[in-house]
Amino acid sequence: MPLVGESVTEGTVIRWLKAEGDRIARDEPLVEVETEKVDVEIPSPWAGVLQRIVAREGDTVPVGEPLAYIEAEVQVGAQGPAPLQEAAVEEARAPKPARPAAAVPAEQPARAPVGGSAGRYSPAVLSLAREHGIDLSQVKGTGIEGRITRKDVLAFVAARGAAPAAPPSPAAPGAEMGARPGEVLRLTPTRRTIAERMSRSAQTVPHAWMAIEADVTPLARWRQQIKDDFRQREGADLTFLVFAINAVVGALKEYPIFNSSWSDDGIVLKSEINIGVAVATDEGLIVPVIHGADGLSIAALAKKLSDLGERARARKLTIQDVQGGTFTIDNTGAFGSIMSVPIINYPQAAILTLEAVVPRPVAVDDAIAVRHLANLCISFDHRILDGAQVGAFMASVKAKMEVFGPDTPLY
Amino acid sequence: MAVKQYIEAIRDALDEEMGADPRVLVMGEDVQEGGVFRATEGLLGKYGPGRVLDTPLAESSIVGVAIGAAFNGMRPVAEIQFADFIHPAMNQIISEAARIRYRSNGAFGCPIVVRAPFGGGIHGGLHHSQSLEALFFHVPGLKIVVPSTPADAKGLLRAAIRDDDPVLYFEHKRAYRLLKDEVPEGDYTVPIGRAQVRREGDDVTVFTYGLMVHETLEAARRLSEEDGIEACVVDLRSLSPLDRDAVLEGARRTGKVLIVHEDNLTGGVGAEVAAIIAQDAFESLDGPIMRLAAPDVPAFPYAAPLEDFCLPNAEKIGDAIRRLAAY
Repeated sequence: MPLVGESVTEGTVIRWLKAEGDRIARDEPLVEVETEKVDVEIPSPWAGVLQRIVAREGDTVPVGEPLAYIEAEVQVGAQGPAPLQEAAVEEARAPKPARPAAAVPAEQPARAPVGGSAGRYSPAVLSLAREHGIDLSQVKGTGIEGRITRKDVLAFVAARGAAPAAPPSPAAPGAEMGARPGEVLRLTPTRRTIAERMSRSAQTVPHAWMAIEADVTPLARWRQQIKDDFRQREGADLTFLVFAINAVVGALKEYPIFNSSWSDDGIVLKSEINIGVAVATDEGLIVPVIHGADGLSIAALAKKLSDLGERARARKLTIQDVQGGTFTIDNTGAFGSIMSVPIINYPQAAILTLEAVVPRPVAVDDAIAVRHLANLCISFDHRILDGAQVGAFMASVKAKMEVFGPDTPLY
Repeated sequence: MAVKQYIEAIRDALDEEMGADPRVLVMGEDVQEGGVFRATEGLLGKYGPGRVLDTPLAESSIVGVAIGAAFNGMRPVAEIQFADFIHPAMNQIISEAARIRYRSNGAFGCPIVVRAPFGGGIHGGLHHSQSLEALFFHVPGLKIVVPSTPADAKGLLRAAIRDDDPVLYFEHKRAYRLLKDEVPEGDYTVPIGRAQVRREGDDVTVFTYGLMVHETLEAARRLSEEDGIEACVVDLRSLSPLDRDAVLEGARRTGKVLIVHEDNLTGGVGAEVAAIIAQDAFESLDGPIMRLAAPDVPAFPYAAPLEDFCLPNAEKIGDAIRRLAAY
């Protein structure tokens, strides 16, 4: 179907003037076609035989689509019989095969500089780096020739939110343990981030510290009885940490000032309780966040914790998983620690550790008994919190830990 | 909502505005019999020769008479049969219409609309393919709109007719019957001076107008499916006044900007958009501002392969976006 008028995009076949099998001369009228503008007779572009009619009378055919096939007498190349050719193949709008890039000035963008280290950075990259306090030499570039793009910086910022400012726990096993004495251990992005955040927290926040001791004998006994069954039913472990989180969340609701951030304009009380939990992975410490922990039952906390821990170790955490934390808890007891002096996860108000649950001889009334004791340590931002408040908070946590037992609802 | 062709939407807008306001006139070559594209079909029968006027083949007079009619309280819609023929009317448009409010210190406006089919891709050759918007873009006192959908065609034409100042309305001739889409019912207008985001995306922003909007959307669709690249496509639709806020916001969103138009590259609307972005969104740029346009040739060739070579299309646009996204 040829283009018969400038705004014509299709035509309807009125009637064929030749039949299949007819010999046709060049320019001989083949078919009458009706268009928006005018009715036309379409002449044959070649002499030959009208082989096969594709568009029947009454069919509407877009410009560029076939009306019929003609076996033309024109030789193309060295082939004997002329190949089939589409009648009236003109048109504009059939999708064209790959064309060489037009002289149209879509020039190649100027060569990008190599890598991030000595390279020039785009204004967007510089602005973002300044805004988020990023050292661009740490960012991997995915642009041409290793250029750092805006998206690279944004991805770096998001991943950095995953880094913890956690207590000085023993280095997680993995790549960092791989170097031998006398060698220099290269800094991974995670290590750099941890370093940067720990330094910032230690340098900016005046840390003070307190510890209390909780008698968790009822919890220990109860947990011993139910944990296997729980594991089987729910597929998650009912650890001491789960109860500690629950106790801390309860205390945070009573003392909202512990769920806040310091700012020069005022102490910002957070509206959500999102508990970051330190997890050791091959790459180092990571702190996934349980969002809305105050809305979760103990069983739900256990399941969420299990899921986050697995995904953290498998490096499958999402950006959302590591952002938005308002308070952090670390289970240093898992390593056997009985005392820790954690560094606050900037810019939160405090960080709490659950130390090892250890059976100890203690005085009960005037006799010696063996009780299961756990220390809970808290580092706090002394700009926001004072000792008395912290004492009250920790007393509340201790009280809750000491009361967990068979009467505690899991769901 | 009814589905209408682009040209039907234009005709409906003329019909409805003429029906609602007796001051609205239509004038141009062959408009009484419906016009060469049939844009004014049926209007003579409805409104009579007093309001649907055939003019001589004299573009300067078409616009000049329209200006005179506007001075006398009418709201004329002058038609230039092909935008390529608008040059004889330049003096009337630039020296007269564009300056009337300014030189009368606001006492008089010049509420004319000059409609002109523009654009190539239909083997129009020398005199039936040009894009002329850049010449007028430079002139203060003129508004320029280029609708890319039937809905916008109707809404912008209404807005242009109701505007108290001169509006150049460039309608793409290939779009007339090619574009069919939903047009809202009722008395709606599309505000002059506001761009429209046609597609959301975070990798590259493409500014474009006219039929190139559709080529760009097709390129964006392919890029999304095949390469996972998401382009934000912004239909400028008003060239003068340009929606500066939309331009800056679009640029800041991705930091990578491509401007596509069918008009020649040098001194085209894309150059101004690029300059605005370079000046006011510099800090957000993540790559050089690129333009994809027709090469600087006096007119589109008539031969199909050559015309294709000149015109941007979905494939060329896709390549340009891909290169910019990778930068």
